[in-house]
Amino acid sequence: MGSMGMAGLLRYGRTVKRFWGSALASQMEYQVNLLIEVLAMAGNLAGSLLLLWLIYGHGHQLGGWSLEAALVVLGIYTFLDGVSSTLLRPNLGAIVTQVQQGTLDFVLLKPIDSQFWLSTRTISPWGIPEILTGLALAIWAALRAGARPGVATLLGGALMLLSSVVILYSLWFVLATTSIWFVKTWNITEVLRAALSAGRYPISAYPAGLRTLFTVVLPVAFLTTVPAEAILGRASGLWLLSSLAVATGSLLFSRWFWRRALRDYTSASS
Amino acid sequence: MAIIRAERLSKTYRVADKQPGLAGTLRHFVQRRHRDVAAVKGVSFTIEAGEMVGFLGPNGAGKTTTLKMLSGLIHPSGGVAEVAGHIPQRRQADFLRQITLVMGQKQQLIWDLPPLDSLRVNAAVYGLDDATARRRIAELAEMLELGEELTRPVRKLSLGQRMKAELLAALMHQPAVLFLDEPTLGLDINAQARVRSFLADYNRRHGATVLLTSHYLADITALCPRVLLIHEGGLFHDGSLRELSSRLAPCRLVRLELEEPRPATDFASYGEVEACDGRDVRLLVSRERLTEVVARLLADLDVRDLEVSDPPIEELIGRLFRQGEVA
Repeated sequence: MGSMGMAGLLRYGRTVKRFWGSALASQMEYQVNLLIEVLAMAGNLAGSLLLLWLIYGHGHQLGGWSLEAALVVLGIYTFLDGVSSTLLRPNLGAIVTQVQQGTLDFVLLKPIDSQFWLSTRTISPWGIPEILTGLALAIWAALRAGARPGVATLLGGALMLLSSVVILYSLWFVLATTSIWFVKTWNITEVLRAALSAGRYPISAYPAGLRTLFTVVLPVAFLTTVPAEAILGRASGLWLLSSLAVATGSLLFSRWFWRRALRDYTSASS
Repeated sequence: MAIIRAERLSKTYRVADKQPGLAGTLRHFVQRRHRDVAAVKGVSFTIEAGEMVGFLGPNGAGKTTTLKMLSGLIHPSGGVAEVAGHIPQRRQADFLRQITLVMGQKQQLIWDLPPLDSLRVNAAVYGLDDATARRRIAELAEMLELGEELTRPVRKLSLGQRMKAELLAALMHQPAVLFLDEPTLGLDINAQARVRSFLADYNRRHGATVLLTSHYLADITALCPRVLLIHEGGLFHDGSLRELSSRLAPCRLVRLELEEPRPATDFASYGEVEACDGRDVRLLVSRERLTEVVARLLADLDVRDLEVSDPPIEELIGRLFRQGEVA
């Protein structure tokens, strides 16, 4: 977005308001989606809960995490899944279509940051119950696990949640960007979703090899485990800082990558 | 001071060189081969503020590619473009506020919602306050003869109504430079005429510069005193429409339907035989000899139907280049 004054910020704010206003207007015709999304969430959550109950019910533990602490991770995973359904999937999933149909042209012709437009253009309200359920589960489980809510814990938790959303967003955006070159993107984002579902459980539950993979290559650890540690009030400063660094780095990389891709954009003809 | 300047502008696309069939696909997968296709080859021209210029050329001549380079959508492979004092591909906000691109084959309006919703989004994006946005929408809607269509979902509009709403959306920010790529594509004659008179009106009111491509020669004749003709990526004509049409269409096309079939050789004395399929004959006759030839045809033959027209623009251009008259 470059240097931007108050007026510029206001313009972006008004634009988002109009974006979401028009998105909600067209979504309201499909109320049945609410039911479908809530059912899907209930199914997913029930499956994960059952698995946790089976594991812990037999006296096992996941990577040294108590059941309540593991539930915090599951809550954060649910929260992120809700954010995906509400914002990431509707917007970033549409990039491929825009490239294929050539309507990306209209975005690029507007005097507004094109990454901003593509990332905020629409909103799907049906994921909101999932966001709320996830947060509620995480907070409830954290309290049960003996977390003491204080300013530092709340601030750290909120910051880590924000980081994890930024990391997930950047990763997804970079993958969607590749459709500029490979117009028929082989639904790589679905592969991403599958890999990220590893974030349902604490990272230490996985074997050492996978643990490295999920921290260094795919930042699964930063998506759910680190925020959970923060909410439980036991994250080290080093982890918090690394999470912030990974979030900032991946956001900057996604911006650079998008600009680089646009130099090769050829614009579909019809 | 020219508002649009293209200097040896060129664009080369890399395309995959792939044989058809499974074997071709497999070979391509293992060993990718690409070939460079030059869509635009060193085109130079300048356009002054307020001009309306027609951009002509057969399909694939590089018209759209040139428009996309001038509007900053794609980066040129060579040469320089300058529009409204900016380098287009940098896409600076100040540049984007001054231009618009309308594409007859693509639409920016939200499909499920009335055009007004899309217009409000655009107003916010261009930073127009409510009063200004309302005033501009009202003015353009009146010029375009749009009324309650603006409050009906886009999917329920006819193609003509939709195109007019697209024009409204594209012009709300009052751009100084309009790039129009086939703005009348697929419209019926009436709708075409309305879009045309709107564009002329808009150009008069706002002094906007217009660069327009169209398959319909009528669009160009009605609007553009100056024509750029490109063919196979190069600029072949830059001048008045009259010069171009006398170069392009020294002949007219005479279509005959006869009572009895006749061989092609019977028509050699009337003009150039373009097609002779039994009773259907198509002749090219020079403009000067037209009345004399038509009179003779009607006198000499049993004619059921006769029709005189300009050969289609694509054909004329094709003929022109085959004859090599403008090299």
